[in-house]
Parts: sequence; structure tokens; C-alpha cells
Amino acid sequence: MHSTRTSIGFHIHDSDDSTNLTRNPIFEFKSSAQLEEETPSHPLQFHNDIPYTCIAPSETRQTRQPVSNLISSSTSRGHCENWGESLMADTSPKTTDTSTDVDNDDKNQRMEAGHVSMFTVSNSSERGKPGDQKTMRRLAQNREAARKSRLRKKAYVQQLESSRIKLNQIEKELQRARQQGLFIPASGDQSHSMGVNGALAFDAEYAQWLDEQNKQVNELRTAVNSHASDNELGDMVDGVMAHWDDVFKLKTIAAKADVFHILSGMWKTPAERCFLWLGGFRSSELLKLLASQLEPLTEKQLLDICNLQQSSQQAEDALSQGMEALQQSLAETLASGTLGPSSSPGNVTNYMGQMAMSIGKLGAIENFIRQADNLRQQTLQQMHRILTIRQSARALLAIHDYFSRLRALSSLWLARPQD
Amino acid sequence: MDRVVGLASQRAVVIFSVSSCCMCYAIKTLFGELGCNPAIYELDEDPAGREMELALIRLIGKKKPVPAVFIGGRFVGLTEQVMSHHLGGTLVPLLRDAGALWL
Repeated sequence: MHSTRTSIGFHIHDSDDSTNLTRNPIFEFKSSAQLEEETPSHPLQFHNDIPYTCIAPSETRQTRQPVSNLISSSTSRGHCENWGESLMADTSPKTTDTSTDVDNDDKNQRMEAGHVSMFTVSNSSERGKPGDQKTMRRLAQNREAARKSRLRKKAYVQQLESSRIKLNQIEKELQRARQQGLFIPASGDQSHSMGVNGALAFDAEYAQWLDEQNKQVNELRTAVNSHASDNELGDMVDGVMAHWDDVFKLKTIAAKADVFHILSGMWKTPAERCFLWLGGFRSSELLKLLASQLEPLTEKQLLDICNLQQSSQQAEDALSQGMEALQQSLAETLASGTLGPSSSPGNVTNYMGQMAMSIGKLGAIENFIRQADNLRQQTLQQMHRILTIRQSARALLAIHDYFSRLRALSSLWLARPQD
Repeated sequence: MDRVVGLASQRAVVIFSVSSCCMCYAIKTLFGELGCNPAIYELDEDPAGREMELALIRLIGKKKPVPAVFIGGRFVGLTEQVMSHHLGGTLVPLLRDAGALWL
């Protein structure tokens, strides 16, 4: 019976009722895929080891009337429904392999039944008119196409699932890394990337600034040691002072792009960070350092330097307290309303309001950094005004040497042997 | 503007502030540390606050015109100017001249 081995099969009209098809994933056989590999372009062949033929009794289309008697047992139908569930990725924890095993068992059962029935059908079609045969062939082709389409869809869904799992893993790792302090920018966020660019740009510019300062200070040192004239020294001191102004300009720009980068002091070495105050050094500490280095000072100079130190201290205290008030205000804002498990709709509005207010408060931090930098700049300029040119030169050398020692300490610290 | 000028000349040190502004808080703290007792007008708590804010914006030219510090009826500046004055040693003499400090 040649016809039983040819293209007659149980194909479903894809156009007719594709939704029905997806609801009947009994047709999605792993072994069908195998079959497809063996005979990729042929419609179903009815060999002895044909994988499936069962059609759920719920199918009621006219074209299937002749074959609707294939499934006889209600248990097979139950199996079919199990299949359906196990193949839907989001409902069942079963793996595809498990479901395939189930499939295979059921498939084997049904193979027998279907095999017999198929012969019946094919016999009847063989006895039918040629028109029926053409129709049957068309139907078979359609069913094959639908089957392939379902297999492709299944493969795609499986791919999506594994990608999703991988994505979750990667996100978890990223979260872990962020928590450990690694700065990892989020992708696709323009403003965020500008912040990152601001931080990176500043780090690079600051490194350049340090190099330039080293150069200028070395020249100044040579000039001081070689007892250069006041005019010469004066020019060099002015140059170093102007160079200090440059870093404050850089910091202002960087604070606009990424205030928390400046505030964090990550652009400084660890030992310098130890003394960090509002994104930089503490002027009053610097003046304490200088007082001991700059003798002999006239009485007026001593008084002025002391006043400068005291004013700086008072201004620093005021800014520190303002910053503390900001932090407290921010904490109070974020803590207002209910925290914890309750999540009523009213809380959402509160939440948005909280966030809006908090954003405003965070924006104020930039102003504090600006004022702190202003203090630092003013301290240097006032110091320059109070001291003579030669004293200013020595002061600038002392300041640079102090920070250099801190930076060297950082390097030693980072390179220290750890047990 | 008249109200601002009027209020500013009533006391030796007058600060126009916003109650929720933390920089204003810092400046208030500074003047407290210096031992003076400034008159403080919170623009967000004053019924004429909005007009005063507009007047200050016109005077100072900044979107956020607080904390605005007047000493002896004359405008000294916002935070940055006040701090610079202090480090320059000119703030305390101003206060003394206006009679805001006893020492």
C-alpha cells in the first residue's frame, strides 16, 4: 500500500485555526523534531516508527471529521493536557526533557492507535476520488507547515527563556559588584553617561593638572634655592596661584556633571581621602601646617594668619553644619510616610512626592561643594596676600610637599605586603 | 523692594532666607558663631514673601537670591560673598561698624 507511505498525513490547516493549534501542544513533540531532521522537506511519512498521530477529540473541524476517531481513550487526552502544561514555560517547573519523556511515553501509546487508524484513513482516502486525494495532500502539507512553525516557535521560546535566565544572572552579578563599590555605569542612559563622562574627564584633567603642578613647583623650588630675585619669584608664584585657580574651575565643572564623584574623593589617593572635607582639603588644617613652616613672621603677619585660620575654621563649621542639616532633612523626607510592607495606592503619591523633594535636596549638595572650594581658594589667595613673595613661594612649596607625602603614603599603603 | 529695603535697615544684620534651604542654615550658623543676632525673614513663611523674593532677584540677579545678607542696611552678598568677606577679614569690621557686635 504505497499510499500509506506517502504524503497522506494528519496535517492541520494553519490558516484555519492556528490558535487551536497552540492550545493543543500535544503536537509539539521532540521526536517530531527528530523526524524533521530526517525528512526536512517531506510531509509526514507513515513509517512504522512514526512519532505521532493523535488529535485531541476537541478538534471538530470538518476536515478532521474522518480522523477524529483516532483517539479512543480519554486517558490519552489527559496526557495531552499534561503535555500542554509542561510545555508552557511559565507555568510548570518541569524541564523540557521531562516533558519529552512524558511525551514519548504517550507518543508510543498513541502511535499504536494512530498507526492503526492511519491505515484506516489512508485506505479510505485511497478509495476516494482524486479530488479528495489532492485535498488530503494539501491538508497534509498545511499541517506539516504548521508543525514546523510550532517547532520554530518552541525553539525560539526556549532560547528566550535561557536568555532571560542568563540576563538575571548577569544583573545579579552587576548588583553585587556595584554594592562592593565598583562603579559600573548603566547603559542607555544619556544623563547618567554624561555623569560618567564628567567623572572620567575630570580624573584625566586632574591627573594632567597634578603633572603640571609638579613641574611648576620644581621650577619654583629651584628658583627659591638659587635665591632668585623677587621679581622672578613673584612671576613664578603668580603662575602657581593661577594654576591652583585652574583646579577649582575644573572641580566646578565636574561637580555640575557628577557632584557625588567630587564628594566621594575617589579622584584623590586613599591617604588624601582620609582627610577629605566636602570634596577637598580643609583650609584651616593647611594653615596650621603653614604656621610652623613659615617662621619668621612679623607680628602682623602672625595675627593675620591666625585670624585667617580662625575665619576659615568658622566658615568650615558653618558649611559642615549646613551639610548635616541637609542630610538630616533628606533622611526625614525619605523616612516620612509608611516604610515596610504596606503598599496602599496613597503611598505611591507620597513616594513620588518624597522623591521629588529629595532630588531637590540632593541638588543642593553641588552648592556646598562650590562654597567649600571657594573657601579653599580664598584661603590660598588671602595667604598669598598676607605673606611676602618669598614666604608665599615657601608656603606653596610646603603645601605641595605635604600633599605629595600624602600621595606617596597612599602608594606605599596600596603596595604594602598583606598577610 | 521697598519692603526689603525697609526691613533691611531696621536691624544691624538682616538675613532673607528660605526655611528649607540648608545653605541659609549654614549662614545663620556662621553669624551665630560670630556672636551677632541677625533678624531673619523666611521668604516661604512671610505673606509678602513672593514679592520680596522677586525684589531680591532683581537686586541680586540670581534665580535663588538667598541667603541675602544686609549689614547696616546695605547688601553684602549671598553665601559666597559673605564667606569671602569673612576670610578676607572684612566681615567682622562691617559687623562692628553696624553695631552688631559688642566686642
